[in-house]
Amino acid sequence: MPTDASPPLRTRIRPYLLIAPTLVGAAYLLLYPVARNLVISVQHFRLAELIRGGAPFVGFDNYTELLSDPKFWTVTARTLGWTALNTLLITGLGTLVALMLVRLGRRMRLAVMSALVLVWATPVIAATTVFQWLFQSRFGVVNWALDQLGLHGYHDYAWFAHSGATFSVLVLLVVWQSVPFAALTLYGGLTTIPGELYESARIDGASAWQTFRLVTVPVLRPLFALVTSLEVIWTFKCFAQIWVVSQGGPNGATTTLPVYAFQIAQNLHKYDLGSAASTLTVLILLAALVTTLRRMHRQEGAEA
Amino acid sequence: MSLPASRSLPASRRLPAPRSLLTPRRLRRLPLNLAALAVLVTAAFPVYWMVVTAFKPTAEIQSATPAFLPLHPTLEHFSTAIHAPGFGGYWRNSLLVTLGAVLLSLVVALLAAYAVGRLRWRGRRAFLLLVFTAQMAPWEALLIPMYVIARDTDMLDSLSMLTLVYFMTTLPFTIVTLRGFLAAVPAELEEAAQVDGCTRAGAFRRITLPLLAPGLLATSLFGFITAWNEFAFANTLIIKNQDARTLPVWLSSFANVFGTDWGATMAAASLFMLPVLLVFLFLQNKVTTGMTAGAVKG
Repeated sequence: MPTDASPPLRTRIRPYLLIAPTLVGAAYLLLYPVARNLVISVQHFRLAELIRGGAPFVGFDNYTELLSDPKFWTVTARTLGWTALNTLLITGLGTLVALMLVRLGRRMRLAVMSALVLVWATPVIAATTVFQWLFQSRFGVVNWALDQLGLHGYHDYAWFAHSGATFSVLVLLVVWQSVPFAALTLYGGLTTIPGELYESARIDGASAWQTFRLVTVPVLRPLFALVTSLEVIWTFKCFAQIWVVSQGGPNGATTTLPVYAFQIAQNLHKYDLGSAASTLTVLILLAALVTTLRRMHRQEGAEA
Repeated sequence: MSLPASRSLPASRRLPAPRSLLTPRRLRRLPLNLAALAVLVTAAFPVYWMVVTAFKPTAEIQSATPAFLPLHPTLEHFSTAIHAPGFGGYWRNSLLVTLGAVLLSLVVALLAAYAVGRLRWRGRRAFLLLVFTAQMAPWEALLIPMYVIARDTDMLDSLSMLTLVYFMTTLPFTIVTLRGFLAAVPAELEEAAQVDGCTRAGAFRRITLPLLAPGLLATSLFGFITAWNEFAFANTLIIKNQDARTLPVWLSSFANVFGTDWGATMAAASLFMLPVLLVFLFLQNKVTTGMTAGAVKG
């Protein structure tokens, strides 16, 4: 074996040979699609160009067309509202459930955690199918329960024919599916807080709320930021649930940006506009993420 | 409803379990346990309802007052689901695509993880940055270019395209996780084997790979779940050839398949969920114990 500073060529190129398959995969299945998306978004690329090729470049025409379309702004506002509502509910309920879990007895905690893992393990499409059945107008158990509670207006109520109702069912579905991750992650963080911290807070005469604000929150802050940003990403780009339940309907009431981009491309064969909408979706998601994180950061500064 | 034997926080307040049913302590903890019960029921009910509906006779499913217990269980709906046209084929497709993607991603990721975890080379940090960025790639935004690329290369309606996409979606996560597992196995073990006359590859195969097995298993199972559940790409890339569809897409179109036969739909959904549930249970028991055992040995 040579002992001098420059090892043989075989040793030097070994790492590059080892990462070569990854690089090839990423180049063809990630970078190329990203580049292709950007290119299509500055072309005139409709059904004819899809079949025959030879799409002409049109500059930023597609972006101009989208940005001057009021529908795009309605969809963007709806997407931001959808993301904010879901993220608030998920992190809020997740925190409450996590705080509840640490206070429970061992057996009850195990039972609740098992149920949360069960929800976590439920495939998106299975959950989507079940929720459609729960909220079915005839024989759906939700309508039956609401009717029993005296809300007779819900007898045979068609949830998926009304805009607000469909939106609510989708929020419930996404929140139901996402709370377990938030709760279990935050619970994991809570268990790492040493008992002495609570002990000394109690000795100092801190109230429950003060203990939560001054002991629990600071320790959990990095996890809060992580969970919140993940939930922002996940709910913003949520596609499967919406597409399967409503395809963005009724009357476009549940059309968020990812659904909008896909609709334009798939149903109208306007691949150019769809690609431009996808690009804008990613940019808006990044902006939303930065805003959320900065707001959390500022709150941190205010409380410190 | 279980009764708490002790409080978890603070531990010093542990008391012997009281005998009478309504001690002040239990009364004080009643709201907490009721809230826990509410969470438990809210979480579990949809899954419970899926399974119960799958086992109930149609007459009980379509009754004005729902039956909350399967008093007359039947396998009729499972039979309907299994005998639905193409059922076996969709299972085969889902399994092929998922296993293909997971195996491919495992092999490719293992090579990359070794390069990142065990070797020093120029560009290592840049490569890691690429992997972390790829992990956050907005895949949903790539549906349209993927469709166009698949069409251009005659890969539309083909399971291999879907396998490749799932390979790439699971690859970054697999590299990151395997790198973590690899870091837990001391490099000194490999070096010792090399001193004893093993080649670098031999040392890795004989020493590190066996210790890495639980990590490989856990990682591949997570990849399995991701690929098994994927809907958006399967729905976009497989359009004309209905026989090439995977289970999630088939299940999402249940209205065309089963009409309003909710028993059969819920039976199909339960069957689809079963492998994922088994993987979760397996991950909880076997892999975690394997991982700690590996850590102690290392």
